[in-house]
This record gives sequence, structure tokens and C-alpha cells, in this order.
Amino acid sequence: MKRRDFAKLAGLGAGAAMLPATAFGKIISPEHLLSPGLDVGQKKILADVALNSAKGLGASYADARIGRYLNQYVFTREDKVQNVVNTESFGIGIRVIANGTWGFASTNDVTSAGIKKATEQAVAIAKANSKIQKEPVVLAPVESHGEVSWKTPIVKNSMEVPISEKAELLLDANAAAMKNGANYVNTALFMVNEQKYFASTEGSYIDQDVHRIWPYMNVTVIDPEKGKFKSRQGLSAPMGLGYEYMTPDPNETFEGIGGVSLFRNRYDLIKDASEAALQAKEMLSAKSVEPGKYDLMLEPNHLGLTIHESVGHPLELDRVLGYEANYAGTSFATLDKWKAGDFNYGSDIVNLVADKTQTGSLGAVGYDDEGVETKKWDLVRNGVLVNYQAIRDQVHMIDQNESHGCCYAQSWNDVQFQRMPNVSLEAGKEKYSPNEMVKDIEKGIYIAGRGSYSIDQQRYNFQFGGTVFYEIKNGEVVGMLNDVAYQSNTQEFWNSCAKICDESDYRMFGSFFDGKGQPSQVSAVSHGSATTRFDGVNVINTGRNI
Amino acid sequence: MAIYTKEEAKQILDKALSFSKADTCEINLNASNEGNIRYARNTVSTAGYQSNQTLVVQSSFGNKVGVATIDEFDSASLEKVVRRSEELARLSPENPEFMPPLSQQEYLETSTFHESTAKVTPEYRAEVAAASIEPARAKDVTAAGFLNDSAGMSAMINSAGLFAYNQSTNVDFTVTMRSNDGTGSGWVTRDYNNVDRFDPVEASNIAIDKAIMSREAKAIEPGKYTVILEPAASAQLLGNMFGSFNARTADEGRSFMSKEGGGTKLGEKIVDERVNIYSDPQNPLVPTSPWAGDGQAYKKMNWIENGVVKNLAYSRFWAKEKDVEPVPFPSNGIMEGGDATLEDMIKDTKKGILVTRLWYIRTVDPQTLLYTGLTRDGTFFIENGKIKHPIKNFRFNESPIIMLNNLETLGQQVRINGNLIPYMKIRDFTFTSLSDAV
Repeated sequence: MKRRDFAKLAGLGAGAAMLPATAFGKIISPEHLLSPGLDVGQKKILADVALNSAKGLGASYADARIGRYLNQYVFTREDKVQNVVNTESFGIGIRVIANGTWGFASTNDVTSAGIKKATEQAVAIAKANSKIQKEPVVLAPVESHGEVSWKTPIVKNSMEVPISEKAELLLDANAAAMKNGANYVNTALFMVNEQKYFASTEGSYIDQDVHRIWPYMNVTVIDPEKGKFKSRQGLSAPMGLGYEYMTPDPNETFEGIGGVSLFRNRYDLIKDASEAALQAKEMLSAKSVEPGKYDLMLEPNHLGLTIHESVGHPLELDRVLGYEANYAGTSFATLDKWKAGDFNYGSDIVNLVADKTQTGSLGAVGYDDEGVETKKWDLVRNGVLVNYQAIRDQVHMIDQNESHGCCYAQSWNDVQFQRMPNVSLEAGKEKYSPNEMVKDIEKGIYIAGRGSYSIDQQRYNFQFGGTVFYEIKNGEVVGMLNDVAYQSNTQEFWNSCAKICDESDYRMFGSFFDGKGQPSQVSAVSHGSATTRFDGVNVINTGRNI
Repeated sequence: MAIYTKEEAKQILDKALSFSKADTCEINLNASNEGNIRYARNTVSTAGYQSNQTLVVQSSFGNKVGVATIDEFDSASLEKVVRRSEELARLSPENPEFMPPLSQQEYLETSTFHESTAKVTPEYRAEVAAASIEPARAKDVTAAGFLNDSAGMSAMINSAGLFAYNQSTNVDFTVTMRSNDGTGSGWVTRDYNNVDRFDPVEASNIAIDKAIMSREAKAIEPGKYTVILEPAASAQLLGNMFGSFNARTADEGRSFMSKEGGGTKLGEKIVDERVNIYSDPQNPLVPTSPWAGDGQAYKKMNWIENGVVKNLAYSRFWAKEKDVEPVPFPSNGIMEGGDATLEDMIKDTKKGILVTRLWYIRTVDPQTLLYTGLTRDGTFFIENGKIKHPIKNFRFNESPIIMLNNLETLGQQVRINGNLIPYMKIRDFTFTSLSDAV
């Protein structure tokens, strides 16, 4: 689903009937979420129609993606179920190279005739655009995989869990928050199953079954006398897991600084909702931050977004090269900095890795959307920039001959392009806990959870908020803070990275809605880290009187 | 795919409705064709075309509501989708906020469809790309742009006797021009219902000029400055402000529009008295569909008049709860401007900053509508009535409410993303840090 459509759905001012035609495909019954789609044999026959038609029309390369995208959304507020939506989007996207130029077309008419017509459109578009093409496409070689399959290693398929059970869990969480003083609570569950079939003229036929889940929560308390309100978002992360994520496990729950509960591969929604209400109430009277330089102690579910914006995006090769100049922008991490081999992206304890294989992550798949087997690779090693994220038609520009396997399209009717893999900060090698980190800080702020985020179009200057903030003085947590945001510059920030907690504190942040491209496409991505300290970062006070 | 005429749409919808056995039934039909071209590095990168059609059926039994959709419109498919929506309704929990369908409404005439836009071809899109790329290349500049054109129709019918229909076309264009030395960047945006009004050469040249003019920008200290905001710079901040024009969140005490001691700011002066913002589906420059997706009629509606909040949007449910008339969220926003041209406004500025656009805007504090973001693609220092030199980009932390209280001058209006926004001169706009980004 596209981000703007999600916003409409989540806004809930509108009924489903007001949603745009293209948003979801078909609205279906929950039972239909479990019905099998086309079998692999049928998909191969249909994909071959596209590949053979394309070759017959003069294409030098073609790939076909037959996609069945299933979604289920459950929305509640306070004591009400607001909406339950089950959707299916099914169709085929065909990408070709003709006259050295890309062409793409898609159709939901997944018949031999429909596929042939779409293939003709794709080739016609490629040929029309080839007249002004100055950089013919060069594809890196790829292994021919033959007929293979891959599935997200889930324990329990979310689509199999009755809606009543999901609604009950959300309503129980809402009740727990209300009991602790919340005035309003919104909770939702989003469940995604991408059934993707890929075939290309390189000889690969790849069938994949990808699952994701995201429990959302927002708890609000108001002070009508002062006309003030505060909200506390949930501290879950969207994950590449099944419904098992919603079963609490004490071994997967951590006590963070300030008593905040944090979650790893299992989430306790009710516990989080209960605490959210208490923390939101505390925010109403918390101290407003004194602006200045602080040592920041950033918890993984917060730091993930900072990694996303200041490392993930600037190291997308298409941005570096200017392909995204008109939308998201370009990058400060230019080729000359990478070629120099000594560009200090961060301090020497900073190791940032790209990984499309990490279990439980949103980006994990067996093969990307152009048939490349996924892998893990270094972006920053010992603080030095060593590589980018690149796909088949880009790697030759950085003198490499193997795609990194991070090509993705949000749907069958969108063209695939380079997307951010999971990008994560490696945990510290020495045993070191968040509590020990607090003791080492004289003047600092602990930040947990995501908040406001903004970064410039070349990824130098950024400003981040968070969900909850605690002041640290002389090795002790002294209380909650309000109105905190930090501003920094990417290289300066990562070079101020002073200490990283060990593997036992490593957790993932995630986003369903990384946006890129025109027309804009979303992709889901995770970012792992352990709690990390950054020294002397500029903190501003965001409080205003109106 | 067909963009159904009013008669064709009515026929499909009548047929579908005839199968309904529910207490109420509401059916929406949408069809659209959409094409695009994207270019970067002075060459085309991707292009695409999409056709979609969907029928959405909402059936209800009491307060139980079910929705189903289909993209095939033969009689058997129509019956199937109606039955499925009824089955889903029976299985659904009670929705205490369900509102029964509206009876026939009076709709205004609006002009949103132009045949010329519906007939845009892949060749035309390639010509637009060339109209950016060729002049860019000639001036040592690199173009990256995107053109999207769409033609579509929407229609609805319900069991209370309502029928509504509208066709619309749109063309949206943006281009970023970057000087080949990497030190200058310019940008422009255009959107129209009628593609004949679009001049890609004129638009591209503005971005090229800005790219060249913005080379080798100088850094100045962050702080409070008088700014001239081009309409593209203020459009999103104003749009975000409208998110607070929601009566329900205001009544609930969780909005900028909520008032100390309870109640809302409806009827209160919140910005400078020269600020007037209204919506009007019939405005010839920014026409919209005359009806909202649930069948409510859009009318000309004042939102801010002489700085005072005149209306908040009430959903039909919330209006019933509060015993007032429902007010749909506006389909466009029109801020009244003045006669001053951009040149007049620059001439009239002793010391200030001209801002082409603001980017990556995010909420910092919903309580005060504080937003952060950055200037981009052409930021210039003005001194003694003249543009002196380009300056490095700034991060801002500012609220549109504070901004509209610090209004100095209103200039001419420009269409931005389906809205009409004037050039504005604002004093004491808050820039909090410098960015090295070009």
C-alpha cells in the first residue's frame, strides 16, 4: 500500500468506499487471504508468454513479475473496532530492454492475451524513449537459478489468526491504556503477505512468499484546563515475522533506561499500552530541555531511523549518481570520497552493514526483484566508507561486476529499482550494557523510540526527535524531559560515536514506508543496532508559545 | 481502458444496485488511465502507463457494514460483489459511527476534464523530457524531472436515490536542474487540468536559471530573517495547518485548534487579519470534483476570514453528535493574494531571503504546529531591493501560525498542486542551522 493511501485509511474519516481505486486492488473476505493463488507451473507458463513475446518484439532482456499481494488491516480506538480491511492485488509487471532502454508495463489481465498486450506496451515505451537515451543500459551478469523458492521463516501465518482474536488483543491494550489514564487510544495491526513470482530471460524462475507484521499504537492524554495534550507512540517495530511477534516473551522484553519497556523479536502490546499511558501523563508536566551540547544515548528503536536517514539513503548508488535528484535528492557521499578509500564516515568503532538476509527483518528475501540472490555486505568498515547499495544496471558504474541484490518494486504494477536493504550498526565487541553506559555519562539524554525526523537532500544536516527522553546527570537518570530534538551533520555525528553496547542489547527498528522514486514507491526496511553513545551533540528546545 | 461516460457509469451502477438486498447500499465506480516519464542525468530513465477500474460496494444491515470491490463489470461479477459485501456486512462488528447514505444532493458544475490531457501520448512525454534536457545540456546543467498525466472518472450511486458523476484530468510536472560543477540547483513545479496550458520550455528555463544563479552560495548565520516565500515554499506548511481544521480532534482536546479550558478556536483570530483562505470547487484555475467520495457536495467555504477561524470540518458522524451541519474537508485551498509581483516584493525588501521551496517538512510539535524542514533548490540573499547572492540552505523550525502572524506582504497567486497560494513576505522566519546541501 502506498503511504498516502495508508494515511487515508488510518485517518478513518473516510469509509473504505472513499478510497481511491488503485490503492489496494480488491477488497476480499478474510477466508480468501488463505486461498492458494496460481500454482507455480501456471505462473511459469504465463511468465514465459511475457519473456517470449518480448524477445519476439526485439527486446534484448525481459523480466516478468507475477505478484499477489495480500493485506489485512485491523483498526480500533478506545472500545471500538473501527475497520477491518482484507485486500488482494494481483497482476503482472513486465520490464524489457529494447534499443538499450528500459520499458515497463503492467496489467491485471493475467491471461496470455493480456500479458502479450502489456509486453507490447513495455517494448513500445522502451523504443519511444530510446530516441533520447544517452546512456544505454548495461546489466551486470547474474546467475541463472532455474526454478527455486523462498519463504519468510515464520512460526504462525498472521492471516490464519481469526480477526476476532486480533480485535480482542487490540481492545485489551486500549483498555489497559485507558485504565492507566489515557484519554484516547488508537491501535492497529497491519499484516502483509507478498506472493511474488519472478522470471527473466536469464533463466531464473523464482517463487517467494514474504510475510510482515506491524502493530501500531498511539496513546493520548489531555489536560483540558491548560489546553495541552501529549501522545506516546508504541515501542514495537514492524518485523518480518508472523503472528508469533504478538505473543509476549519475557526473554524478548528489556527494561530500558527510565523503566521504559523495550521489545526484540516478540512484542507485549498490553504492557506497552499500560506504560504508554503513564508516560504520556508524565510528559504533561516533564521538564523542558535546556538547549546545548549533550552526550546522547540512543536506544535501537530510535537509532534505527537515524541510521536509515543518515546512512541508508546517502549510500544508495542511484542517489549518488543523480537518478533521484528531482525527488529525494542526491548524496554527500560522492564517488570521489569512496574512491579515496579513507573517507571517515564515522569513528573507528562504526561498522555499518547492508543485509538482505537477516532473519526477522523487513528486508529479508531470498532473491531480489531482478532475480539476484541476496547477501550481506559492508558499507562502512572501521569508520571508513567502503561500498554503496547497487543493482544490476548500476554496479558497472562503481567498477563492480556483481549486483548487491537490493532491487525491489512495491507491487506488480510498479517498476523495480534500487531500494535500501536493511542497514545496521554492528554491536560493540566488548561486553557493555546500557546501565553501564549511563554511569559513564556526565551530561546526557537517553532517547527511546522514533519521533520527528528531517534531513536535507544531500544528507548532511538532520534533526531528530524521539518518543521518550530522560535526562542523565553524573551517571544517574534524573527524570523525564520534553521538547527535545537534536541537530547534527552526518559525518560529524558518526564521528562522535563513542561507545556501542554489546550484542545482547541488539534490536531492530523498522519502517513499512521508506519512500523513494517517482511515482513514489514504498518499501519496508529494518535497521539493527545496540544502544549507542554520541558525544557532544547539539540539542535544541522545540517548545513554543502560541 | 474506458473512461466511462455519465450514461455508461449510470448503467453499470444501476445494474449493480439492482442486486442489493441490504438495508442500505452505496456503490462507487472509478476508472483511470495514467502515464509518466522520468528522466535524470540528462537522459530518460523510466516511463510507465497504468489503467485501473474498480467498483466498490458498501452494504449495511443496521450498523453492520461490509465493503467489497471488483474490477469486472459484467452482470454476474456485479451480482457477486454485491453479495460478497452483504456477507461481509453480516460478519462485521457493529460500527456505532456508521452513517446511512445521503439522499440526492445538489452539485455545482465544475470543469475538471480536458480531452487534450486525456490524449497525451508516450511521444508527447518524451518531448517534454527533451524540452528540459536539451536547454539544460546547452547551459552545462543536468536535468532530472518527472511528468505524470492522468485521466479518470468517478461516479457513485446509493440506495437513498443519490447519483453523482465527475471526470477529471491532471498533469503534474517537476524538474530539478543541477549545474554540472555541483554547486547550483534549481527547481520548478507545474500542475494543470488542461495540458495545453503547460509550457515545459518556460518551466524548465526557470529551473535552469535558478541552478546557474545559485552556484557558489555563501553561508550566512542562521537566525530570524525576513523571507519571501515562493508559493511552492509555503504550500505544504499551509496544507499541514489544514490538518488541524478537524472539529473532532479539536473537540477532543488533542489539536492545535483545542482551546485552554476546553472548547475550540472556531471564531477566534489566529493569524494576521489580511489572511483569507477558502475552498471553491468552481474556481477556474483550480477546479475540483463537486462532490466528496461519500456524496457530500463541495461548496465554496471560508476557512479563515480576516484571520479568524470561520469553519472546521465535521464528518457526518461528528456533525450528528454535535448537532451541526456536516462540513467536508476541502478539495482545494485558495489563499487570497495581492497585486505585488515577485519583483515588486524583492524591490521592497531591505534585507531578506528569497526561498524557492521548503523540503522534508515534518511535524515537531502538534500542539503548536511546529514544523522543521530545509530550504532547497534556490535560496538567495536580498539586500536593498536586489538579489545580492545565493546563500547556503537553512534548516527552519517554524509554525505556519507564527508565520501567518508575521505577514508583511501578500503577492500574486500561483497554482500549486491544485491550490492557489500567493507569494508571501514574512518577517522573523526562524532558521536554526546551516546545511551544506546543494
